[in-house]
Amino acid sequence: MTYRTAAEIGRTERGPRPLPDLGTQRSVAGLASADTVLDNGLRVVAVHQPTVPMVEVRLRIPFAGADRKHSAIAEVLAETILTGTERRDRVAMDTDLALVGGELGAGVDPERLSVGGNALASGFDTLLDVLADALTGAAYRDDEVAGERARLVERIAVARSQPSVIAREALQRHRYGDHPYTRETPEAADVATVTVDEVRALHRSGVLPRGSVLVFVGDVEPDAAIAKIAAALSGWTSDATAAELPDLPAVTGGDVLFVPRPGAVQSQLRLSAQAIARTDPRYPALQLANLVYGGFFSSRLVENIREDKGYTYHARSSFEFTRGGATLLVDADTASDVTAPALLEMRYELGRLGVVPPTAEEVETVRQYAIGSLLISTASQTGLASQLGALIPLGLGPEWLIEHPTRLAAVTNTEVAEAALEFFAPTRFTGVVVGDAVQLPSLRALGGVTE
Amino acid sequence: MLGNELTRFTLANGLRVVLAPDPTAPVVGVSVHYDVGFRSEPEGRTGFAHLFEHLMFQGSESLEKLAHFRHVQSAGGTFNGSTHPDYTDYFEVLPAAALERALFLEADRMRAPKITEENLRNQIDVVKEEIRLNVLNRPYGGFPWILLPPVLYRTFPNAHNGYGDFTELEQANLDDCAQFFDTYYAPANAVLTVAGDIELTRTRDLIEKHFGDVPARPAPTLPSFSEPPPAGQLEDTHLDPHAPLPALAIGYRMPDPIHDLDGYLANLVLASVLAEGDGSRLQQRLVLREPLVTDINAGCGLFGPFEARDPDTFTITAVHSPEVTGARVLAAVDEELDKLAATPPSDQELAKVTARWVAGLHREHDRIVSRTLALGSFELLYGDPSLVYTLTDRLAAATPEAVSAAAKALRPDARAVLTVAPAGGNK
Repeated sequence: MTYRTAAEIGRTERGPRPLPDLGTQRSVAGLASADTVLDNGLRVVAVHQPTVPMVEVRLRIPFAGADRKHSAIAEVLAETILTGTERRDRVAMDTDLALVGGELGAGVDPERLSVGGNALASGFDTLLDVLADALTGAAYRDDEVAGERARLVERIAVARSQPSVIAREALQRHRYGDHPYTRETPEAADVATVTVDEVRALHRSGVLPRGSVLVFVGDVEPDAAIAKIAAALSGWTSDATAAELPDLPAVTGGDVLFVPRPGAVQSQLRLSAQAIARTDPRYPALQLANLVYGGFFSSRLVENIREDKGYTYHARSSFEFTRGGATLLVDADTASDVTAPALLEMRYELGRLGVVPPTAEEVETVRQYAIGSLLISTASQTGLASQLGALIPLGLGPEWLIEHPTRLAAVTNTEVAEAALEFFAPTRFTGVVVGDAVQLPSLRALGGVTE
Repeated sequence: MLGNELTRFTLANGLRVVLAPDPTAPVVGVSVHYDVGFRSEPEGRTGFAHLFEHLMFQGSESLEKLAHFRHVQSAGGTFNGSTHPDYTDYFEVLPAAALERALFLEADRMRAPKITEENLRNQIDVVKEEIRLNVLNRPYGGFPWILLPPVLYRTFPNAHNGYGDFTELEQANLDDCAQFFDTYYAPANAVLTVAGDIELTRTRDLIEKHFGDVPARPAPTLPSFSEPPPAGQLEDTHLDPHAPLPALAIGYRMPDPIHDLDGYLANLVLASVLAEGDGSRLQQRLVLREPLVTDINAGCGLFGPFEARDPDTFTITAVHSPEVTGARVLAAVDEELDKLAATPPSDQELAKVTARWVAGLHREHDRIVSRTLALGSFELLYGDPSLVYTLTDRLAAATPEAVSAAAKALRPDARAVLTVAPAGGNK
């Protein structure tokens, strides 16, 4: 067989063809939803999305603690809250859920305890019964706590060997010092000393309905879903209110901290600056400015350091939201020997976004991308549940999702340029670089790097 | 259920098409599956199928470099591609108004991709960064999908590293690219799938308009990758400079996914009986009761089921503390397999597995990207996309005896055991 050359393959007799225009977009039907606060203080938001015969629940409990050991106890609690109750042992919990195609999981971060799961819609009652059982009757048996504590110690060792976790911890300390928000992964030594009594006490004082929110999305009418949820969780009561994390200090710009990781073949670059909450009127413009910078594939940063220079597989800029505000986070992992060149380009693009603002074409591209990707990500039950699970604890509801395309459509080029100039100024950023110390001389030469 | 009505047809150039209308949301998924994966890449060119996937995004006759990404994203869409053992897929999910644009983009690169030396060099660098990120610079990188096959298999297609060796990636040249494209990227070797908010007649017309004049080329003969099963327990150790804890991967051969689907599905059920959820056999014993391991998993396929033709791999992986020997973990796994081989699982165990599979497939196919890709891969591998919707019935039909027989076939004297040993401490 004979083959064509690459050049022959790349052209046809007819030549290049014009790109077809877009058709007319049908708008989305509104979401049927209900939003209420139960007698026990739990806010419930239920959305009817019958695309598949499933139900999704996301419970978000503010779960902050000032004590140094809080994150260790909270991690053990999250690992054991679903391992048995007065009524069910661990295997019975899993069996009851499995028989209705269900699953429940729990996780914790410095801000909140999250319990989430799903089941066939026909098993909604069972899912709620198991959830309520855990919230009101988690047993924290000695052997389950001991077993999970030991596994957690090992998992923390695995996590701390990941370069992404090393970079994250360094960034948190560099941005926020010793604020409780930085304690995302507890110390293994602290976890090893957590007692059953401490876990039970934290459950009593911290796993509270008042101030928490439960998001429901699925193939059940919202009012009926709320009635079932209210009935199932009626025994979960307390007069106390779940603990919110204290406000974070604003991130201030400064030197990038170099963190040595001997022998690393890749470096982790993380830059961050203070941003604004979604409720700020400038947010939609800043969202678009961030997309142009590094928020999607066709961004200036990705086209520069990946598609032009090949420094990285993955580069991105995104928002991190907390209850009180938001930050911008730029991250890329690059080959060791291009660490300094990559940092140079990241800073260059930060400065360029303000002084050479996004063109009308760039703004239109990111506007369509923002609107379209929101449409796609909320078209599935899991996507919608995740979006709402993130938004509602921040004080926003389904209406924010529904109205956001209109807000994006109204943003002007000038507003994007203003947001870029104000928020992407390189001097507003701080950050960390994790990598082999061989890279230090060239980083030092760039300046704005501390050790 | 909505979206279950499938339309299939084949264009004159051999391109197979699957249409799955579903008006629930005004979005569409478009995918193209090519019948070539990393098992087909030439010796001396490991990683080439995946590198070539990257190159298919680098421009075509009507599209400059970067244009593909911009046109998808400026229409509000998302895109990606991925390389599997036996196929490579490309896809877009977009607001429904952008359907014709997505068809145009896929047709243009199927007809005339523009592969240049500059883009080849750039994407070799990008792929090397991808490998550093996912394999070289992290604990358990490539575990088990790169590390286990060379222990279990002897022949190049089955045993080699699909991400590729850096020196071989660097040797890739434009002639390799041209030959690979002409051989494997013929329309007769591909499946186009369109799912979502589409109108059938118009979609057919648009597909004919954009793909109809992609010149026909013969599809390559489907290769056989079959090789004899191992005649003993094959062992190897991998030193991982980043791993804090030892790990173990056990690999077994399993029934032909295509020609013995029910046998394959019995293994899928077996994997869930063994390791899915706290009530499963290995979780109960090895994680909760004894406890010997930190994590244990069992599954079909090195990336999941339905990604490969024969031979495919049944895997059990575990991460364990240094105080526990790999031999102890192996012995406990063998005991549990022996129990299942001697006494079939209970009806309740199978009912749990079935309900979780039904729920899991509902959730997966609720995302249009997953549904589109599943329809395309089942058309490609099985010639039957409707299997996507009947799979749960077939799974539910697996008998306790069939699952027991599957456990019996996972023999210690015909398997691979890979040990990952921490080397170098926690950096």
